[in-house]
Amino acid sequence: MADKVLMKGNEAIAEAAIMAGCRHYFGYPITPQTEIAAYMAKRMPKIGGVFLQAESEIAAINMVYGVSSTGKRVMTSSSSPGVSRKSEGISYMAGADLPALIVNVQRGGPGLGGIQPSQSDYFQATRGSGHGDYHLIVLAPSSVQEMADLTIKGFDLGDKYRMPVMLLADGTMGQMMEPVSFDNVETKEYDKSWAVTGTKCERKHNIINSLYLKPEELEKENFARFERYKVIEANEAMYQEYKMDDAEICVVAFGIAARVAQNAIDAAREEGIKVGMIRPITLWPFPKAPMLAATDKVHTFISVEMSMGQMIEDIKLATECRRPVELCNRVGGMIPTPDEVLDSIRAAAQKGGNK
Amino acid sequence: MVVFEKPKSLADVPLHYCPGCTHGIIHRLVAEVIDELGIEGKTIGVAPVGCSVMAYDYFNCDMVEAAHGRAPAVATGLKRSDPENHIVFTYQGDGDLASIGMAETVHSAARNENITVIFVNNAIYGMTGGQMAPTSLPGQVTQTSPYGRDTDHCGFPIKVCEMLSQLDGPEYLERVSVNNVKNIKAAKKAIKKAFENQINGKGFSLVEVVSTCPTNWGLTPVKALEWLEEKMLPYYPLGVYKDRSAQKEGE
Repeated sequence: MADKVLMKGNEAIAEAAIMAGCRHYFGYPITPQTEIAAYMAKRMPKIGGVFLQAESEIAAINMVYGVSSTGKRVMTSSSSPGVSRKSEGISYMAGADLPALIVNVQRGGPGLGGIQPSQSDYFQATRGSGHGDYHLIVLAPSSVQEMADLTIKGFDLGDKYRMPVMLLADGTMGQMMEPVSFDNVETKEYDKSWAVTGTKCERKHNIINSLYLKPEELEKENFARFERYKVIEANEAMYQEYKMDDAEICVVAFGIAARVAQNAIDAAREEGIKVGMIRPITLWPFPKAPMLAATDKVHTFISVEMSMGQMIEDIKLATECRRPVELCNRVGGMIPTPDEVLDSIRAAAQKGGNK
Repeated sequence: MVVFEKPKSLADVPLHYCPGCTHGIIHRLVAEVIDELGIEGKTIGVAPVGCSVMAYDYFNCDMVEAAHGRAPAVATGLKRSDPENHIVFTYQGDGDLASIGMAETVHSAARNENITVIFVNNAIYGMTGGQMAPTSLPGQVTQTSPYGRDTDHCGFPIKVCEMLSQLDGPEYLERVSVNNVKNIKAAKKAIKKAFENQINGKGFSLVEVVSTCPTNWGLTPVKALEWLEEKMLPYYPLGVYKDRSAQKEGE
C-alpha cells in the first residue's frame, strides 16, 4: 500500500514538479493558485532550486523562457487573467520549440472576472492562447492525485515533443484536499543538445529563436511543427470512460465538472437511465476516437462544463455532428450541482435523441 | 605580428545595418571584450526586438532571441539557471529597453540581477522606420511626431541612467558614446567593466551607448554624428551614474 499524504491540489502540483526534477519556478501572485508559489518559496531554497517572484506574469513567463533555453525543467503558474498576460511568452516558447509546464488554476472571466472556479479558458488553452499557429498539450486533472500525476507527465511530454504544456485546473481543484501518493515517480532523460549553456568552445553556437524573416523558412518551421502535432494527436490523447458499456447518453466533462457529473450519472442509473461519461484527460489532443466510436450506441451527448459551451465545438468535430450535443453549464464561478446535471440527463433521456 | 583582426566572437557574416549606423562599432566592442576576457565559451547573449534583432547571427556565442522588451527577464532565467557557468548579456535598443520593456529593466536593476546590459540609445525606432522613441528629444521630428515631439502632448524623454541611479539595486550604470575614437575607447572600457562586474559577481551593470541613426534621422553619417554631439550629448550627458564598488572603496 502506497504512502499517502493529505494535500491541497495546488500543493500537490508544486511537490510533483519538484519530484519531476523542476528546480526553477517563476510566478506572480494571483488568486486562486498562490499556494503553488508559497510552496515553492519554502521548498526551492532548501533543495538548491530557484524560486523568484517576478514583477509581472509577462516577466515570469520570460524567465521561464530563459531557463528552458538552457535545457532545464522549469514552470510557472497563474490564474486566468495572468495566463492572458503570459500568452505572448507562450507563443514565443511554441515558436522557439521550448518545453515548460504552465499551470492555469482557472477563475471566472472575462476581464478581471471573479476568483471562483471556472473552466472558461478552454478556448485559450486548446486553441493556443497567443498569436500564430501552434498548440499546447493541455492536461485536465480531476483529482488531487491527477494534479500530481499529470504535472509529472506534463514535464515528460514537454521534453519529449519540445513544446510548452499546460495543466488546466480550476479553483476547486487547486483548493480541495485529497490523499495523494508520490510513489513510483519516474522521469526520463531527453536530448537537450539544442540548449544554450555556453559553447565551452567545443561546438558551434546554438540559437534559440522564433524569428524567420524568409516566409519559405517560416512556413517550413510551421509545417514541421504540425507534423509533430500529428504524432501527438495519434499517440497522446488520454481519457477515461465511466459506465459507457451500454450507455445511450454520453456525458462529456473534465476537471471538477466530471466529478459532479459522475454523481449525477450514478443517480440517473438508479432511475434506469443508460448514461455514461467520457472524461477527456487531455483537452489537446482531444480524445476524438472514443467519442466517434460512441456515436454507434449513444443518441445524445451532454457537455457538462463551467463555460458557455466552449467544449461543444470539439465534441461536434469529434463526433462529426452525428448526434446532438446538449449543454449543461454554470459559469462565472458557479459550479453545476449533481441535480442540475441529473435534470439535463433526464431531459435527454425523455427526448431520446429526437430533435 | 597581427595588429588588427576581426574578434573571434563576431561571426564572419555581413551585418545588415545601414551605412553610418553605430551598431557595428558597438557589436565589435562587445565581441572584443568577450575575446579579451576569454569568456566566449560561457557567454549567452540575448537579442532584442528592433534593429539589432538579428544580433543572434552576429555573435559567435550561444544566443537567444527575446520577445520585445523582455530581454532582462529572459536573461534572468538564463543566469539563474547556472550562475557559476553562464555569462549573460542583453543587447537592447531604446524602444525595447525604455518603453515596452521598462518594467523588466527597472526590476532586473532593482534585483541587482548579475547580468550585463548594453543599451543602444539612438532616440528613435529604427527597425519600424523612424517612429518617436521614449528617448526622442523634445522637438525631434519623427514619423509619429511629424511636427516635432511636443512635450505638452506626449511628455519628455526618459533618461535611463539617471532614473536607474535612484535605485539601491544596480551595481554600475555608465553612459558612453561612440562618436569619436576617444569615446569609442571609453565605451570599450565601460563595456569591459560591465562584463568584469558580472564575472566578479557584483551584479547589474548597464552601459548606455548614445548612438546615431542616420537613415531615420534623415542625415548623412557625418551630419548624424554632428547632431548627436550638438543635440543628444547635452540632453544625455556622458559619465558614470552609479558604481557601487567604487563608492564603497571611496568611503
